[in-house]
Amino acid sequence: MKQEMSLMVVFLILIVYDLFASENLKKYFQPVACLLFLAHTIYGFFPQAVGTSFAGMYVCYGAEISMKNILNIGVLLVLLQSNGWLSKEDTSFKRGEFFMLTLLTLFGMYLMISSGNFILFYIGLETASLPMAALAAFDKYKNNSAEAGAKYIFNAVFSSACLLFGLSFLYGACGTFYFEDLATCVYSTPLLVMSLVFISVGLFFKISLVPFHFWTADVYQGAPTNVTAYLSTISKGAAVFALMAILYKVFGNMYDEWQNMLWWIVLITITVGNLFAMRQTNLKRFLAFSSVSQAGYIALAVLAGSVQGMASTMYYILVYIFSNMAAFGVINAIETKTGKVDMTDYNGLYKTNPKLALAMMISVFSLGGIPPLAGFFSKFFVFTAAAAQGQYLLVLFALLNTIISLYYYLLVVKAMFINPNETPIEKFNSDGYMKISLVFCMIGLIVVGFARGIYEYLSLVGFGA
Amino acid sequence: MSYTLIIVALPFLMFLFLGLVGGKMKPVVAGLIGTTGLIISTVLSYIAAGSYFFSVGKIGETYQTIVPMNFEWLRFTDKLHIDLGIMLDPISVMMLVVITTVSLMVHIYSFGYMKGERGFQRYYALLSLFSFSMLGLVIAPNIFQMYIFWELVGVSSYSLIGFYYTKPSAVAASKKAFIVTRFADLFFLIGILVLSFYSGTFSFRDLTSPAGCAFAQSITDTFMGWSVVSWAMMLIFIGGAGKSAMLPFHIWLPDAMEGPTPVSALIHAATMVVAGVFLVARMFPVYIFGAPDVLTIITYIGATTALFAAVIACTQTDIKRVLAFSTISQIAYMITALGVSGYGAHEGLGYMASMFHLFTHAFFKALLFLGAGAVIHAVHSNEMDSMGGLRKYLPITHITFLIACLSISGIPPFSGFFSKDEILVAAFEKNQIVFWCLYFCAGLTAFYMFRLYYRIFWGDNNKVYQHTPHEAPASMTIPLIFLAALTCVVGFIPFSEFISTDKTVFHTHIEWSIASLSILVAVTGIAIATWMYRKKNTSSDKVTASIKGLYTAAYHKFYFDEIWIFVTKKIIFNGISQPVAWFDRHVVDGFMNLQSTITNYLSRKIKFTQSGEIQDYAWAFMMGAVVIISLLVFI
Repeated sequence: MKQEMSLMVVFLILIVYDLFASENLKKYFQPVACLLFLAHTIYGFFPQAVGTSFAGMYVCYGAEISMKNILNIGVLLVLLQSNGWLSKEDTSFKRGEFFMLTLLTLFGMYLMISSGNFILFYIGLETASLPMAALAAFDKYKNNSAEAGAKYIFNAVFSSACLLFGLSFLYGACGTFYFEDLATCVYSTPLLVMSLVFISVGLFFKISLVPFHFWTADVYQGAPTNVTAYLSTISKGAAVFALMAILYKVFGNMYDEWQNMLWWIVLITITVGNLFAMRQTNLKRFLAFSSVSQAGYIALAVLAGSVQGMASTMYYILVYIFSNMAAFGVINAIETKTGKVDMTDYNGLYKTNPKLALAMMISVFSLGGIPPLAGFFSKFFVFTAAAAQGQYLLVLFALLNTIISLYYYLLVVKAMFINPNETPIEKFNSDGYMKISLVFCMIGLIVVGFARGIYEYLSLVGFGA
Repeated sequence: MSYTLIIVALPFLMFLFLGLVGGKMKPVVAGLIGTTGLIISTVLSYIAAGSYFFSVGKIGETYQTIVPMNFEWLRFTDKLHIDLGIMLDPISVMMLVVITTVSLMVHIYSFGYMKGERGFQRYYALLSLFSFSMLGLVIAPNIFQMYIFWELVGVSSYSLIGFYYTKPSAVAASKKAFIVTRFADLFFLIGILVLSFYSGTFSFRDLTSPAGCAFAQSITDTFMGWSVVSWAMMLIFIGGAGKSAMLPFHIWLPDAMEGPTPVSALIHAATMVVAGVFLVARMFPVYIFGAPDVLTIITYIGATTALFAAVIACTQTDIKRVLAFSTISQIAYMITALGVSGYGAHEGLGYMASMFHLFTHAFFKALLFLGAGAVIHAVHSNEMDSMGGLRKYLPITHITFLIACLSISGIPPFSGFFSKDEILVAAFEKNQIVFWCLYFCAGLTAFYMFRLYYRIFWGDNNKVYQHTPHEAPASMTIPLIFLAALTCVVGFIPFSEFISTDKTVFHTHIEWSIASLSILVAVTGIAIATWMYRKKNTSSDKVTASIKGLYTAAYHKFYFDEIWIFVTKKIIFNGISQPVAWFDRHVVDGFMNLQSTITNYLSRKIKFTQSGEIQDYAWAFMMGAVVIISLLVFI
């Protein structure tokens, strides 16, 4: 409960600040907000009471706390990176709004992760979805952004409908929404299989697994880069955590069914994500498909359904947040300065902006899983977890796909370092917040890989006592 | 005795310092810094040797093995872990003294020799790196640390041989040295792995203690008719043979003379090339108890190499190459001495003699190389034909060189006489064939050394030089004088009281029957050389003509290089590499290309699904759910 409360406190302080502060004071909004959120993030790492409250509605044990901490780190990076974009003329007046919406969605995600009852879960899900559509359409005078918002909301509604449809079967079969009670009454009858699939599909949409991923590319491309980064890391991570919680807690008895389901989904997700990613020229779209493919690897870890699988899922998301935030950070910085997002624009970037090029290189190397970066270890743990459950064929397939993914990740590196360019992006200085966040990401990408304590810690925490 | 760490660490710090900021300082300053570091190391190793041999290490009549520090680095199992540390026992302490002394001399000498060279700072940085690696090698308490430093030695030797990297021959020589030794090191590594697999330890203390050697006898596994311990020890010896330039790995050493001459003195005479001898000595108990058959092979390889290199040395005209082959021959002496050694007090005479010869040889061979360097410095050529009558111009070099020549020839009272005598006694007691082989080599050694001496300093007395040769500066002559003094006195050290197989003091005396025989053959060799080369005359041509076939073969080093080239270029390249390359290009690449073709094709084909229209997305969404349900429910 502590994390929710402190988030609310941050939220309330900021809303009051935004509403009542004078123009002069508002200049300090960004640093104050970032510092407050930093405090909130650090606060989450302090030991806190675990258990259930509200008669089992709300559940919070070690795993939930760790998940929220991981999300906090990612959100902190998003907030840091937002400064450049929010300082522009057409957005600066709604800087506060961005923070409110972001923190609100985060609150919704907390509820998703910590719910012990499907009603609370649904509320959390919607709290996380609706402001997200507003965020996607944040640059509402730009057609792309408006389109992204519309597409997101339509798809979100559609997936919510599916989820509710599934929930109704579940309630019909068991007569309760409490996870604990459901766990004992769930058996693999066709009705409950339908319920499982519809509920999962509602979350697959958010994780953007194939074939529920189509919105991803359009929304990622159209939404402001900062929001895209948020969508691709935090929103996805929260949905994965929620999916994991539901599958483990509620559908534990139907392990075989959901394993089969995920098996096929992982297979096509990784492949289709890769196949599309290699054709993209717009970097945001490119990262959208890369994130589809990455979602496949995450689902592979979920599929393992073991302690190892859970630890490797959380670890993967942590690393994925660092890598993706670094990549989006670079794109964000460049887009804010020059408005360029095409891969050809990045030709010769190393000559003019070597540090950005290096950061980008390290992040795509980590995404591709090249040692000694953290991305290598996260993939390694996922494969180990899946192989331990006997999923050799799928692991082999995923391994083959990493080769394909290397191809397109290296395309980016090639563009920055090798391709010649008459008019490369000019040398520029990004703002301090961006620098801090990129440095933080780089440190994360190197340290998380080597600090073995992190993985060991994550494999100790679990759902329930 | 943990201050011994400083002996090793200081050169490394010097390397880092000079390597990083050396380029920004004046050459002399960089040289002085490097030399100062080494002076401290040298003084400390003298102190360490003094306290080890006379107080700390000696308990009763036995020397203890002291491990002042040991840090566990990588842990595999309870028994098997790679440590980094320091181990002091008689031979490692002796090596500390040898390495620091010769290295210090070379540091000082290089001030004069390398003056004005480009990359002076780099040169000193590399010298420091080499000293560090070599010191780390000898104090290694486990075979894996030794291997690490072994490779470091190889790398620093590589970069020093190729110091004049603008010269194609130097680059080729450095590559050759590196590849040949590295090739041998591969066997060394396999040997280490096999040995540690069966013994369960890397530590020398465990491996070579009498209790530890019991493991070697208890292992009954065999591979192709030979016990696995023998295999391991043979493979390890091959590694040593690579560094110590034994047949057939000797081919790199003559070429390595492309490096600056002081480097040859340090690396290719006194320190690195004896690493193989040191290795066998270090593992000696395992050889004698676990693999006596390998020790016999080592004996014969050593004896053959000694003879073979001595014959070649008689025909070479490049003075540094003569010294290189002489080095090969002398190291082979040491190896042979180890081969004929037994275990226990007097039985272990060969072991003691080998270490003794290593010790004395380090000084007089370094002296010979540095003297040759002074000569080259004076006449700007390596070829004997462009020298002659130099004794008038280079008096100090002449005298010191003569002392070294007498010493290596085995004339009393110079140090070489004592150590060589012990080797001959050991060989005589164990194996007559080997003894006579070494005996003949001793004569050849005297002959080719005095051939060298006369052709440089006597011979054509009226030779006209473009520039009048002049004596080297003090920075070069002082090391010469110091080493000459050492050469005169170190022979009188009662070596058996310090070094023996079981680390227990024993006493030896000079066997005058064998000593007089060896003096006789040395004097004969010198006499023949005097007759042929003292004055410029035709007697040498006549002799050459009478043994033309042998002479040509020896001059071409018995075509060993050609054999290696044939084996690598013709057999390995054509027979193995090319088929493998074909397989790689057509089959492996083909599979990869197929994969990428399929990927490409598929990605083109599924492009249409991303239509951008939301109703399509919803349709796919719904269908996805339905298909999954059908799969789960109906299949």
